[in-house]
Formats: sequence, structure tokens, C-alpha cells
Amino acid sequence: MSGMNSWIAVVLYIVLAPIIGGLIAGVDRKISARMQGRFGPPLLQPFYDVFKLMSKENIVVNKHQKFYVLCFLIFVIITGCIFFSGGDLLLAIFALTLGSVFLIIAAYSTYSPYAYIGAEREMLQMMAYEPMVILTIVGMYMVTKSFNVVDIFTYNQPLIYTLPGIFLGFLFILTIKFRKSPFDISMSHHAHQEIVRGVITEFSGKELAYVEIAHWYENVFLLGMVFLFFATNWAIGAAFAVVTYLLEIFIDNNNSRLKWQFALGSAWIVALILGVGNIAVLALK
Amino acid sequence: MSYLPKSPWLVHYDASSCNGCDIEVLACLTPLYDVERFGVLNIGNPKHADIFVVTGSVNEQNKSVIQNIYNQMAEPKVVVAIGACATSGGIFRECYNVQGGVDKVIPVDVYVPGCAARPEAIIDGVVQALGVLEEKYKKMGKVAK
Repeated sequence: MSGMNSWIAVVLYIVLAPIIGGLIAGVDRKISARMQGRFGPPLLQPFYDVFKLMSKENIVVNKHQKFYVLCFLIFVIITGCIFFSGGDLLLAIFALTLGSVFLIIAAYSTYSPYAYIGAEREMLQMMAYEPMVILTIVGMYMVTKSFNVVDIFTYNQPLIYTLPGIFLGFLFILTIKFRKSPFDISMSHHAHQEIVRGVITEFSGKELAYVEIAHWYENVFLLGMVFLFFATNWAIGAAFAVVTYLLEIFIDNNNSRLKWQFALGSAWIVALILGVGNIAVLALK
Repeated sequence: MSYLPKSPWLVHYDASSCNGCDIEVLACLTPLYDVERFGVLNIGNPKHADIFVVTGSVNEQNKSVIQNIYNQMAEPKVVVAIGACATSGGIFRECYNVQGGVDKVIPVDVYVPGCAARPEAIIDGVVQALGVLEEKYKKMGKVAK
């Protein structure tokens, strides 16, 4: 994208992503409640929660914690900015990884046992999904011969035709990234306790609100990645992004949490078979 | 106006309760009563919670736990004592090891009577606590905000 357009995209992302992400979270909670036979909270409940957290007393364990959580939010926003302005996809993913690392450091900096276990489980999650994320980008590069989102976006045929295996593998790790059952081992978005929300145990008030907002930004970026597989047609791309999220809600409500060993093992096996397999087919062509 | 009344998160502690009131507290979360309609979450982490729900009477063993949970909560916070034991000590009032209601160790804002307290009464108590929460928010100093 040319200079002016990419700046417009960045501004639109920064302004609209939290609104869209919050609404997605609201719809998620409503649909989950209906699946459980409940009425569910209002659609705008995630916004009420974040505004409430903003008005709470500011308790921090130490000064660094605040800085790290803020860095987490900033790098997740930068990820989306690079992506939606048509920049380098590899750089976007590295920014996202750096953001996740800041969240882990934030949890470690509190010296709390639950946060420690949460941080370790968050690292295991990263180990689980990173190979597949990298393979996704490698696959996109092999097809389009470019790491630039704008080139991938304007490629003359949908990537799903050449990367079906990689798309399925990416769907698998999306469950981890969206923090859904059965893989929500470090930071479930439901009101669970102790280890299952280990990473955020020691965050309260504004910090917790930042983590929540970062999660919204991240979700919009990830749905953007799903869209990229169908980029030649806006309607189909958007429809698939919606279907993907509904599928994740369905999976979330129908699975119990699995052990981290299974999360790690299955994610790597999926990356090996679907990811490497797809790339091998591309290389042999 | 703040958004506190729209998103009250609870932390529930069972202080030597017979589990009668605890089951009624959990019943509020079930599809029949579904308090998530009002944004209520049983968050289980004092650092995230706005409302401290205590059931059962206070004794020497859980005294420090109650104080600890209360101290970890961020302002503004309210305490709801649920059931006869939490409000006054109930039938255990005269026991040698029981100190009495929750208000012996921390300030209680709303008392919900009953043995066991009915879910309707608990929800009513939490709704009254929201008013107290809003008042406390207004009185909060600028520094704390």
C-alpha cells in the first residue's frame, strides 16, 4: 500500500480493533451462555468490564510489572499496525512474539507462585504454536514469493487452494491463541481460578484492563490472518473469519481442558503433518 | 457514574460454613438464576474482585484468611455476609472456638439472613452491595484512582 493509505489503515486499526474485538468478545460470551442454557450478559459487557477495571484502585506488585504489561499491549498493537498497513508479515509475527514475551516477564516479575506457573504454561503454549505460525508464513512466502502482506493480499488466487494443510494447522493453533478450551492452560478468558488464570493472577485494575484490550487487538489480528487465506474475495474472507470464530466458540464449549503435554505434542504433530506436509508438496511441485 | 455496578466480580470464601449457603451462592450462577445477566462473575481472585462474599462463621483458623483476602482486594470493595452464621455466628455463636459473624474481623456492608440464604436473597444482597460500591467509589480519593 502507498504511504498515505497505510497510515489510514494504521489509524483505523488502532481505533476500530478494540471496538470490534470487544464486540466479538461480547458475542462470544452471549453465544457461550446460550450454549449452556443461560441468558448471558449484555453484548457490551466486555466494555463494561474494562471501564470498571480502569476505575479501580491501582495496586501493583512492583514498578516493572506495569511497564511490562504496557509493553505487551504496545507490541500487540504494533503487530496489527504492521499487518494492516501491508507491511512485513514476518516482522508482525516477531512483534507479536515479543509482546507475548513481555506478558511472561510481567508475570515472572511478581514472584507469585501462581503467576510463575502461569508464566511457565504460557511459555509452553508459545512453544506449541510458534512452529505452526512460522510454517504459515513460510508457506505464504513459497506461494507468493513475498513476505509483504500487501503482496500476499493482492496475489491473484486465494491462498487456500495451495495452502489447505497450512490453513487447517493454523486453525488448530488459533484455539491456543484465542485462549479457548481445550488449550486455555495459562490464561482462560472465562472466570476460572488459580493456575488456569495464572499469568494474570497478580494483575489488577488498569493492568488487567490492558491485558484484556491487548487480547482484543490480538484477536482482530488473528482473524485478519484467517482473512488472508481468502483475500481475493472480501465477502468470502470475512465469512470465513466469522465461521472460524464461531467454530472456536463451539470447540471452547464442548471440550474440557487438556494437559499441557497434550497441547504441546498435538500442536507439534499438527505442524509436522499439515504444515511441513503442505510445504513439502509445494516444494516438490 | 462509574461502570462498577455493571460489572461486579465476586470472590467467594467459605469460612467454616456447612456448605448450605455455598451451594446457594453457586446456584445463583446456574441457568435458573444466571447472575451473569448482570455482569456478575465468580472470579475467585481477590485482586480482580469487587465484592467479597463470605459464608459461615469466623473462627481462629479462618480469621487471618478472611483478613488477607479483604486486604488484597482493590478499592472500591464491599463485603456481603451471607447466611445466619456469617451475619452473627448463627447456631455456632456460643461455641468455644467461634468468634461470631464476619463483622468481627472485617467491615461488612450488607447482611443477607437465612439458613440457608435463598438464591433470591443472595442476588438481592449483591444488588444492594452495588449501591454501596458506587458510594464508595465517589468517596475514593483522587490518588487511589
